[in-house]
Amino acid sequence: MSDASTATATSATSEPAPALAAMPRAGWHVATVVATRQETAKAARLELDVDGWPGNAAGQHLDLRLTAPDGYTVTRSYSIASSGPGTRVVLAVDKLPDGEVSPFLVDEVRVGDRLEVHGPLGAFFVWRPVDRGAVRAAGDGAGGAASALRARPVQLIAGGSGIVPLFAMATAHAEARDLTPFRMLYSVRTPDDLFFAEELMALAAASDVFRLDLVYTRRTPDGWPNLAGRVTRAALAAAVLPATERPIVYVCGSTGFVERVASWLIELGHDARDIRTERFGGI
Amino acid sequence: MQHVDGNAIAGPLAEFFAFDVTTAVARCNGCGSVAELARAMVYTSPAGSVLRCASCEQVLATLVESDDRAWIGFSGVSAIEVRRR
Repeated sequence: MSDASTATATSATSEPAPALAAMPRAGWHVATVVATRQETAKAARLELDVDGWPGNAAGQHLDLRLTAPDGYTVTRSYSIASSGPGTRVVLAVDKLPDGEVSPFLVDEVRVGDRLEVHGPLGAFFVWRPVDRGAVRAAGDGAGGAASALRARPVQLIAGGSGIVPLFAMATAHAEARDLTPFRMLYSVRTPDDLFFAEELMALAAASDVFRLDLVYTRRTPDGWPNLAGRVTRAALAAAVLPATERPIVYVCGSTGFVERVASWLIELGHDARDIRTERFGGI
Repeated sequence: MQHVDGNAIAGPLAEFFAFDVTTAVARCNGCGSVAELARAMVYTSPAGSVLRCASCEQVLATLVESDDRAWIGFSGVSAIEVRRR
């Protein structure tokens, strides 16, 4: 297939997902818990060392399987808060009141415990730093056009624990010293419910190209200029990169949050093909 | 029932395919729209998972698993495109 016909065939997608050869093959692995910490009153951060893990891109997830002594198994998907090569993987897990797996991961798991994980998974909801060498090498040909697409600005929009894969993207962006404009809109109940609070504040303070906008839905910090309340269409329009800048938009949160935000983005002129969503059901 | 995205069944499908099928671009038999399977709507129940077209809600694919086998149907997809490079 020639370059021209490839371009035609993928015209439905403004920025194609990576080719199959570009992604490590997913597999089942044994993960050892190497660190745990409380993330919020009802969420935990787990650092895993995963035997045979091939590394992962920012935004990917894994499936985690627990097996009871009687052989009953239950599998749940968790976004990965980290990216890059190596066998270390960071998760941040919110405890769902009726959950089968999350209460165990938040309250029971201890350093040294072993867990079964399947991944890395999902090559669609990912962001990669611009490969500056490839941009230079590609010149003005078809590859140059693809590289130009990859350098488009990025808008991240998180609802609650939907921050996890977007935090991985923001971290990857900073670590690569990537100059692509990045903005994050993070909707969270109260200041106590922020995931990665210190890290996000540090990223925003250290960078001219990463901007963080916070919306508190139930209680704001003292002296906060805005009232507590859900993201509105007007607040979204004010905070996100305008459609005229053609950002790639990543939205992650509960199904209701994601659908509300995605429909407003389209009303605000964003192309549906530029919006990538990850709904995690619930609430 | 609340749906999630096609992303969510990347794991189960990775058990059976040599690549991440959710990144493949599929054409819906119902409305002709063309999109990555990751953009489809996934409804999961204990009986299995159903992928529906995000544009017209037609069933694109189904996945049912038991302990020793799996049934994977692409009844609503007329073609998929897989990027080699």
